[in-house]
Amino acid sequence: MTELSVAEIKHTHWNSNVYEPSDDTFLLVDVLQEYARKWESNKPRCCLELGCGSGFVITSLALLLRQLSLPVRAQLLAIDHSPAAAEATAQTLHSHQVGDVEVVIASLFGPLLDRLQGCVDVLLFNPPYVPTPDEEVEGRGIASAWAGGWKGRRVIDRVLPLLPKLLSPTGELFMVTVTENEPKGIIEEMKAHGFQGRIAGSRQADEETLSIVHLWREPPITA
Amino acid sequence: MKLLTHNMLSCHIKNVRNGYPFLIEVVKVSEHEADFDPDFLKHIFPRINWPAFLQGAQSLGCREGLPEEAAESMLEDEGFLKRFHHALLEVFLEEGSLVCPETGRKFPVTKGIPNMLLNEDEC
Repeated sequence: MTELSVAEIKHTHWNSNVYEPSDDTFLLVDVLQEYARKWESNKPRCCLELGCGSGFVITSLALLLRQLSLPVRAQLLAIDHSPAAAEATAQTLHSHQVGDVEVVIASLFGPLLDRLQGCVDVLLFNPPYVPTPDEEVEGRGIASAWAGGWKGRRVIDRVLPLLPKLLSPTGELFMVTVTENEPKGIIEEMKAHGFQGRIAGSRQADEETLSIVHLWREPPITA
Repeated sequence: MKLLTHNMLSCHIKNVRNGYPFLIEVVKVSEHEADFDPDFLKHIFPRINWPAFLQGAQSLGCREGLPEEAAESMLEDEGFLKRFHHALLEVFLEEGSLVCPETGRKFPVTKGIPNMLLNEDEC
């Protein structure tokens, strides 16, 4: 089977205020690329990326979905709390001629949570996962792209409790983690909320071991 | 920002109860052609809050030809689908504001991107 194509780094925009596509970004996209054909049976209708940064991931998702044979196009949304990131994402989408992703500046799901309840089929999340002092988490500068506070879990732990409300019955999450976040522990914890999961991919990067946590609701969809 | 997205946004300021839908203040609107996809429209229709959509369409100047009330049966009518498609997906708010209907708080829309960040005292 031919490999599906994803976003190109030469058409991706970022600057000193926006997280540059890095090993974590590429691992997430590699996992999505490998998994994408499953969406021909799962048929996602609504896909959301939280923390879209340069837009490399959401652009890749949009391009992947286009190459699949899906009965219905999906609604695609990208959220970042950084205006600079939101603008970079819009530029990256534009450079790839992707016109069907809408970008919103918000903190977590904020203004979308009410109306997207139970609707999100695919949620992508590359959180600020680096363990740091807690004070560094709340800033609005570039550090907020990686500063994750205690165990790198401060932002992750605000998002996980929202999954039962946000995800559709067939909804799934792909989230970047590092070892310090205890990815296997996250999967265990989410069992109590009706989710099951797996590590969908791992990679050793310069100073961290990255893993993609893939969560979905029971009963199982084929992973 | 498309009306599709406007339809999904509500004001999340602490203690706001009637934060939906946002009123739209228009500075600049643009139009871009999008692929006409009846299946997408049929699937998204049940998720659209119609009065909110009409109100948005009125603000963006694309309300014409859209019925006061919409029913699933209209999705069989190609003329309806075309007007629904146009207003939902082809008209963009480029510059302007989303205004909370309860508090009047304005959220700016710049280069087509709504900035929904709250101030500390609003969270």
